[in-house]
Amino acid sequence: MAEALLKVYRGDEKTGKLVDYKIPVEAGMVVLDAVHYIQGYYSPDLAVRWNCKAAKCGSCSAEVNGKPSLMCKTRLDDFDLSQPIEVRPIKTFPLIKDLVTDVSWNYEVNKTIAPFKPKTENTDEWKVYQEDVDRVQEFRKCIECFLCQDVCHVLRNHDKKDLVNKKDLFAGPRFMVRLAGLEMHPMDVANRIPYIKNEAGVGYCNITKCCTEVCPEEIHITDNAIIPLKERVVDEYYDPILKMWRAITGKS
Amino acid sequence: MVNSASMATNDNFGQTERRDAWWLAPLLTALGLGIFGIYATWAAFQGVNYEWGPYLSPFYSPLLQFSWLPRWFSPALLILPFPLIFRGSCYYYRKAYYRAYFVDPPACAVGEILPHKNYKGETAFPFILQNLHRFTFYIAVIFIAILWYDAIVAFDFGGKFGIGLGSLIMLVNIILLSLYTFSCHSWRHLIGGRLDCFSCSKMTEARHKAWSRISLFNEHHMLWAWMSLFTVGFTDLYIRMVAAGVWHDWRLF
Ligand code: SF4
Ligand code: SF4
Ligand code: FES
Ligand code: FES
Repeated sequence: MAEALLKVYRGDEKTGKLVDYKIPVEAGMVVLDAVHYIQGYYSPDLAVRWNCKAAKCGSCSAEVNGKPSLMCKTRLDDFDLSQPIEVRPIKTFPLIKDLVTDVSWNYEVNKTIAPFKPKTENTDEWKVYQEDVDRVQEFRKCIECFLCQDVCHVLRNHDKKDLVNKKDLFAGPRFMVRLAGLEMHPMDVANRIPYIKNEAGVGYCNITKCCTEVCPEEIHITDNAIIPLKERVVDEYYDPILKMWRAITGKS
Repeated sequence: MVNSASMATNDNFGQTERRDAWWLAPLLTALGLGIFGIYATWAAFQGVNYEWGPYLSPFYSPLLQFSWLPRWFSPALLILPFPLIFRGSCYYYRKAYYRAYFVDPPACAVGEILPHKNYKGETAFPFILQNLHRFTFYIAVIFIAILWYDAIVAFDFGGKFGIGLGSLIMLVNIILLSLYTFSCHSWRHLIGGRLDCFSCSKMTEARHKAWSRISLFNEHHMLWAWMSLFTVGFTDLYIRMVAAGVWHDWRLF
């Protein structure tokens, strides 16, 4: 039977190292299966977060050979098994133990976003056409795996996570996706553009598209969420012609 | 306050756990843009061999010649700044050169030169100017119209319709330039993306149709960006070579 050598990060934020495990490879096996094998046969105390094993709960995010990925969606037969496979925790958030990181910063960011505010509370008047929600539905696919947050260099390398002063804050691609879904919603009337510019920090994104590259739901984060939001910020703040048009007609 | 510190802020330049050839794409981008940049600068300063028969190099169109300009001043220098700021502020090229030249980041999950807190992204000068991209698009549309005119004139050989290899090259070039220009993200936004309700009126329905079509082309914006960059350079090279007598224009008709 084929074998794979897994090198898995064991430890916490202060100390830790990659530990070798030999795993028998079965057809269709994913990295998460291998991690479960380690828990079952070598090391029951290996900490890992998972839930669905179907790439839908967004819990099993890790960095496999340095690439932010869902462990349950990363197949062993995609690798050259003569080489070891390295599994590390996601790097942008603080490590708790082994493969488990503390992603609660993301939930704090989420709380700063103004929720959906409908035109009317009377749901009988809610008539929504498919063409109006196609765009928004793409964003609803998000499983909050936070792989995009992990890979985004604004958070990863520049650490723009200051929720206190909000000056050094970038909400990150996942929340740009949420914000785009709210802003483009035909029934929503809240205006989040000042928030998007001044607090969520959309200007920190330099559209280098790593978020799009790693999203397991294949959401076109940069093209369909962030760039349209940047353009909406331009409408509001940087376009003198539109400003004049608004002043004259009173329309947006 | 939640603990949120990133373990990657201390990564050195190029530091990564990735084991694939992550450096290849930024290297090719840097070479591609670099070669074009050097050729275009050289060609723009020539001031000669930019037209032959009915052909006019896209680097020199519209051809602005003023008697008060010094002889050494090439007419290309008057117009090239406009396509340059259009491409320079294009959402695709921004990604390309932020990665390839500013290595910010060089590739995904790879350490940067300055992983510090002073990063400003596009919130401060100079990159905040990228927000003016739509205005460079408006100017680019004027250039597209002019280059279509040039491409049509390129089939007019002294009052008689004809087809030379140069006519075809100019036609392919303007088609690709049009695809690139009209797949622009700002244009996609202005035509319909900025609406929240597509079904609200006849007008918004029409804009939704236009937006959907443009979205199809927009998905391949990067492809059009590279193809049109290549053809615009090659069109100049072809006309330059024919005008210099190095190549012979091949008349098909
Ligand atoms: S495109 Fe923007 S949000 Fe996405 S990873 Fe790059 S900088 Fe971050
Ligand atoms: S946008 Fe994609 S990568 Fe980001 S959290 Fe949602 S599913 Fe994960
Ligand atoms: S376990 Fe649910 S996404 Fe991987
Ligand atoms: S986004 Fe590339 S030309 Fe506008």
